[in-house]
Amino acid sequence: MDQNVENHGRLEKLEGIGCSRKRREDPRFIQGKGNYVDDIKLPGMLFAVMVRSPYAHAKIKSIDTSKAKAYPGVHAVLTADDLKPLKLHWMPTLAGDVQAVLADGYVSFQNQEVAFVVADDRYVAADAAELVEVDYEELPAVVDPFKALLPDAPVIRPDLDGKSVGAHGARKHHNHIFNWQIGDKDKTDRAFTDAEVTVKQDMHYPRVHPCPLETCGSLASYDAIRGDLTVWITSQAPHVVRTVVGLLSSIPESKIRIISPDIGGGFGNKVGVYPGYVCSIVASIVLGRPVKWIESRSENLTTTAFARDYWMTGELAADRNGKIKALRVNVTADHGAFDACADPTKWPAGMFHVCTGSYDIPNAHVSVDGVYTNKFPGGVAYRCSFRVTEAVYLVERMIDVLAQKLNIDKAEIRKRNFIKYEQFPYLTPLGLEFDSGNYLPALEKVLEAVDYTALRAEQAQKRADPNCPTLMGIGITTFTEIVGAGPSKSCDILGIGMFDSCEIRVHPDGSAIARMGTISQGQGHQTTYAQIIASESGIAASQIAVEEGDTSTAPYGLGTYGSRSTPVAGAAVARASRKIREKARKIAAHLLEVAPDDLEFDLDQFKVKGDPSKAKTMKEIAWAAYNNVPEGMEMGLEAVDYYDPPNFTFPFGAYLCVVDVNKKTGETKVRRFYALDDCGTRINPMIIEGQIHGGLTEGFAVAMGQELPYDEQGNVLGGTLMDYFLPTSVETPHWETDFTVTPSPHHPIGAKGVAESPHVGSIPCFSSAMVDAFAHLGTTHFNMPYNSYRVWQHAQSLGL
Amino acid sequence: MSKKTIVSFKLNGTATDVMVEPRELLIHTLREKLSITGPHIGCETSHCGTCTVDLDGISVKSCTVLTVQCEGAEMLTIEGFAKGGVLHPLQEAFTQEHGLQCGYCTPGMITRAYRLLQENPSPTEEEIRFWMAGNLCRCTGYQNIVKAIQYAAAKMRGESVTSSHPLMAEISA
Repeated sequence: MDQNVENHGRLEKLEGIGCSRKRREDPRFIQGKGNYVDDIKLPGMLFAVMVRSPYAHAKIKSIDTSKAKAYPGVHAVLTADDLKPLKLHWMPTLAGDVQAVLADGYVSFQNQEVAFVVADDRYVAADAAELVEVDYEELPAVVDPFKALLPDAPVIRPDLDGKSVGAHGARKHHNHIFNWQIGDKDKTDRAFTDAEVTVKQDMHYPRVHPCPLETCGSLASYDAIRGDLTVWITSQAPHVVRTVVGLLSSIPESKIRIISPDIGGGFGNKVGVYPGYVCSIVASIVLGRPVKWIESRSENLTTTAFARDYWMTGELAADRNGKIKALRVNVTADHGAFDACADPTKWPAGMFHVCTGSYDIPNAHVSVDGVYTNKFPGGVAYRCSFRVTEAVYLVERMIDVLAQKLNIDKAEIRKRNFIKYEQFPYLTPLGLEFDSGNYLPALEKVLEAVDYTALRAEQAQKRADPNCPTLMGIGITTFTEIVGAGPSKSCDILGIGMFDSCEIRVHPDGSAIARMGTISQGQGHQTTYAQIIASESGIAASQIAVEEGDTSTAPYGLGTYGSRSTPVAGAAVARASRKIREKARKIAAHLLEVAPDDLEFDLDQFKVKGDPSKAKTMKEIAWAAYNNVPEGMEMGLEAVDYYDPPNFTFPFGAYLCVVDVNKKTGETKVRRFYALDDCGTRINPMIIEGQIHGGLTEGFAVAMGQELPYDEQGNVLGGTLMDYFLPTSVETPHWETDFTVTPSPHHPIGAKGVAESPHVGSIPCFSSAMVDAFAHLGTTHFNMPYNSYRVWQHAQSLGL
Repeated sequence: MSKKTIVSFKLNGTATDVMVEPRELLIHTLREKLSITGPHIGCETSHCGTCTVDLDGISVKSCTVLTVQCEGAEMLTIEGFAKGGVLHPLQEAFTQEHGLQCGYCTPGMITRAYRLLQENPSPTEEEIRFWMAGNLCRCTGYQNIVKAIQYAAAKMRGESVTSSHPLMAEISA
């Protein structure tokens, strides 16, 4: 018993894996001492504002910057002509396309970057931006990807004129980007021909925006004497930015320092490299002074990286019992004016091929066509891995549609199709190998927790009562995510494999500093990475400083997005910690005069097997590492690990949602939302819960209100927070969370990543519930977002 | 550019003079001229609340207040909450209840919650959610922010409080 108490005390002091350790980031944030890009001020710093196109599609006949340049306090006005001699008027995108940094003769989306005004402060810059005179000749715009593919559609990209092959193969039309297919088409088509039952459903996943509270921005400072460029930037991938800046500028990477300081939320918005960043760098080089550029909210919502905009058609073939035989999917993907999708190079539809979901589907085929339109570029993952939200939405919606057709309960049809526990690792028909999963107990736990039978009984009663003012809907999703991009054999960005890294240095006093190639934007890396190191190396988390985001100190890594920090960098952290531990073992053996194999690791010390009185703590070992190591061993206690994961990880969950819809007004109340997540080994339960709350809330926002629509002229209609829905504390539902633990077999600590599952899994769950509210009236699907107006329209169309 | 004016107010208890153009917004004066970078800019249209400061006993969004309107005012920002190295109960509460993630909304949230607890020391969850609706958060989903405000309210009433996230809960279980 005493031993247990003592161990508990030591565990508590260690604050390792499994603790709800309070966050190390918090003291600065709660005292207003965070350090975001716009908080940084340098001597001589100038401020820049972008001049943007009011038109979605136009020729630029001329740009007159003379009045702006003459305005007091203005230092420079850059246009494409100024960037041309530097070959910087165009830049490569992450998707193998190019994007105009400043418009080169024409604009192809509203708010496109046309000129960059640099002045003493933001007021002067804004004044002068108004004085830049641009003469446009307006051209017809096309904002519908299907119309963009008509033979006589306007040419959106004259620079690609005559190019019949793009970065991802043949282009079949002047506005076509690529066609990407995966799966066995013939076998799938045969399964459909032979099927007892088939269902088909069109659905649109609207264009949305991640909209973090901090917009994008950069502060570039070029030191002409040293030839050094330092850029503070809102980037989820600072090392990738360094490589891109090096490629663009011909400055060696050794002379470029990219710093991502505190970031006010990213959610995918801060993965790409944007024209404003490039212009601030060029302006700093040209002027020899630091130049800051910070987006306004409207610029953020209408220019830097939308998400989704997928038009999907799903089909399922099944037998009469609801056992699925095949899945067929066709997608038209609206990529906007430049293909700036953030995806691994080989996969222009990201990891959409996870769309067979948690189900044992023998045959599948997917075809995706990317299309240019006069809308802003992007195609980033909004709190999900590349295109996974779309994929999960598709399959979860389709299985509901099939259940409805066969009149099988939607929980039951899922049970009949789940990949079974003993089938893992499971190879999907689209070539992914799911690492681990245990779907049935997860769903059963949720159904029991909410008393599903009682909910269905209540719903039946309400449906039977013609005077009931509300429609009750029950939604279910049992999703599988794919995160942790990724194995370098299949994943790279600009040719760089998607590994990640960790470097740990243990100081003589037994404290340590650890650096990673990732960057937190609220996930709490400083807290959780230290917990992994604590458990794996025996150094108390409180003694470990975690640093990220500065490319001059951190080892190269691909950054934080796609829930990759824990699966990839977290693995590097564990492995680097183990290297520390193994060196420590040898030092301890030397100090105790025993063989290394005679020692066992015990929380924070090595002790001699069978003689626990003889032990050396990690603190003692760290000191010895700098003065008394075994003969032939290098001094010091440091380790570096670059981790190339053997596979992705596949977190999963079972969610259930209950909505009450007012028949007459369309107003919807989320009565209950129960979310069970399985992210494998749990590092910090408090932070996991926080991530799940956040993901569910963003999922709620997408399902219930977010959309960036365009009018026929190409004007974007969702460009302010007046129009674009961010839920407040009043609308946001109360969340109930739960978990199971199915560790990843290939991850060093069995962790899978968690922050995106709640977004990916909740959106189809809301759809499932909303459709269910109308299902008894024949509705199989209607499109998001479910704002009151749309729901009311739908109710009206059913004669309610 | 127009003529500048001197504006005098009390900022976190300190008498402050600052020279501004009449059009200058308070958030810019605070951040650019007075090194008060706790309040942030998230929208510049009064929607997000990251720029919230307490002005003469009222929460205001400093992105839509002109600095020249603040002559003679008493102003409290997040920088004025901790006293002598001791955190305000709201600051402690936000950490203990995990009421923040990226931290961008946090200064505004705490400043707004402070005003709420001045007006209503024992708010219900519904009242908290209503009062905080002008401050957006993209990370937390608000649930832990509500808990943090309840925690701080209890502490300020002199009641004993503990975190809903005990360090060893899952390990001991």
